[in-house]
Amino acid sequence: MRSQPLPSGRAKNGSKKSIRSGWQLYLFLLPAVVYIVIFAYVPMAGVQIAFKEYDFTKGIWGSEWVGLDNFSRFFESYQFWTIIRNTLLLSLYSLVISFPLPILFALVLNSFIGQKFKKIVQSVSYMPHFISTVVIVGMLVQIFNPRTGAFGSLYTFFTGNVMPDAFANPDLFPHLYVWSGIWQGIGWSSIIYIAALSSVDEHLHEAAQIDGASRLQRVRHIDFPSILPTATIMLILAVGNLMDIGFEKVFLMQNDLNLSSSEVISTYVYKVGLTIGAGDFSFATAIGLFNSVINFVLLIIVNFAAKRMGNASLW
Amino acid sequence: MGTARAKPTSKAESGAKKVKFSTHPTSDKIYYVFSGIILTSILIAVAYPLIYVLSASFSSGTAVSSGQVLLWPVDISLEGYQAVFKNKDILRSYGNTFLYTILGTFINVTVVMTCAYALSRPGLRGRNFFMILFTFTMFFSGGLIPFYMLMRNLHLIDTMWAMVLPGALSVYNMIIARTFIQSSIPGELVEATSMDGCSDIRFFFSFVLPLSKAVIAVITLFSAVGHWNAYFNALMYLNDRSLYPLQVILREILIMNQVDVSMIMDPELQQANVQAAAVLKYALIVVATLPILCVYPFIQKYFVKGVMIGSLKG
Repeated sequence: MRSQPLPSGRAKNGSKKSIRSGWQLYLFLLPAVVYIVIFAYVPMAGVQIAFKEYDFTKGIWGSEWVGLDNFSRFFESYQFWTIIRNTLLLSLYSLVISFPLPILFALVLNSFIGQKFKKIVQSVSYMPHFISTVVIVGMLVQIFNPRTGAFGSLYTFFTGNVMPDAFANPDLFPHLYVWSGIWQGIGWSSIIYIAALSSVDEHLHEAAQIDGASRLQRVRHIDFPSILPTATIMLILAVGNLMDIGFEKVFLMQNDLNLSSSEVISTYVYKVGLTIGAGDFSFATAIGLFNSVINFVLLIIVNFAAKRMGNASLW
Repeated sequence: MGTARAKPTSKAESGAKKVKFSTHPTSDKIYYVFSGIILTSILIAVAYPLIYVLSASFSSGTAVSSGQVLLWPVDISLEGYQAVFKNKDILRSYGNTFLYTILGTFINVTVVMTCAYALSRPGLRGRNFFMILFTFTMFFSGGLIPFYMLMRNLHLIDTMWAMVLPGALSVYNMIIARTFIQSSIPGELVEATSMDGCSDIRFFFSFVLPLSKAVIAVITLFSAVGHWNAYFNALMYLNDRSLYPLQVILREILIMNQVDVSMIMDPELQQANVQAAAVLKYALIVVATLPILCVYPFIQKYFVKGVMIGSLKG
């Protein structure tokens, strides 16, 4: 009986009740299904315009098929390699920094003594997560303002010169992007590891201590292995999103002076698709589709690799 | 630094670590000193910009624009806040954001909880089909342009629904909620109550909702923060200034550096505009972030819980 709790007393109370009962559950499901069909699957059908020459008067279904023209136009465009390079550089740089740092932070924080201090560090480090991207970028702009910002003031204080404008320098863009991301995310991303560490068996530590293991050795050989499965899943997710640089932050940090290193796929899609004067829907959709397909393939490959290595996997 | 801090609090330590700092072996002492330095630097690095913004917002425009503020407020004044609350654009968008946040969060939580409840019931026919239908959208989407065309075809451009409807169902939150309901409400309860003639609708309201308070709190928190901070949808789907949420105005002022002088109604402030603009930005950051930071202490206890529920695989 316990293994299959029936939704209603079908076995005893007859079938009438079970039908009514089922009907009610579908009612609960209805808003979500309607939403997901309209807002997720209808746009998926709209992806076909990537293979068409979208004509406003003919609509999505009536426009002419053009095969892979839009894609080859993108691959041959002079901006193609710049955009791909920027996207990959930003995402790889992000991954290399923002994947391991929260793990290290969690390990160090967890192993430290002094509960109060730990609480304070934790509470403060979560805070930036709740600040909006606009405000984060706004703070960056203000703080790096050569004349009125904190770093500008400090720079002048120590060197006596006016700091060069960081946002005008394409070489600094990836650093600003990645490290402000760390500033915002290190605490929040570490929660999941801290949670995993809290479930480590105390007896393991006691036994290791009796055997004379140092704190560092216990972190290395007890704590670290215990968060490895969690870390693997996080890595799979991160690699799956490798080409998926968030639009918002890059867009907000972009200006004409740093465009050469800040133009990524998502901002380019926006530019060719939706800004006034461009509006090339088919071309923009093709670029977006190219991006999602790469992401999807990456996710599958990484998940497969993780499975083969005998670690955790998503499915 | 680590040493000084470690001593007084070591009493509160749990289990095996109930020892004075001086009794730790030397190698461990070195470890604790190093990790103390690391943690303190992280603390300073995260807290400094926050403190700086707060200090600058309470300083005078002259002090901020001449770069005198380094850590604490210089020449304490409220002129930044005065400028913020005299700006019509900011006030209206603040109101809009409140509306979008409340309405949007309500819709999110409703759709997520009803869907999660239905999918938590093992007897639901086609449950796997629906799960695949939902989870597939986490990994693949139509992309920006097809979504924009959909919004246009639905005539949602330049309406408040453009801010509220997209993202009404967060599949991730739904899976969290479903896992929570499955693990906290035993199947026997469903059986027992249905024998007593309790319908699925009544079961939802009198058992599922009250028992899922923790997960509802987490989802409410996540979606409220999401709506409060939402910027993307406004950029894409709103052209009407009177509908703009706070974040769009924030971008104009903070990043694009457009402070509309005519929007500051006080002529005295207009004169001092150059200086006011600098301090207004900091005050604006504080005002825009304050509502979230106000609820922060109350919701903090749910963070770990929320992440823990999410990490139980659905």
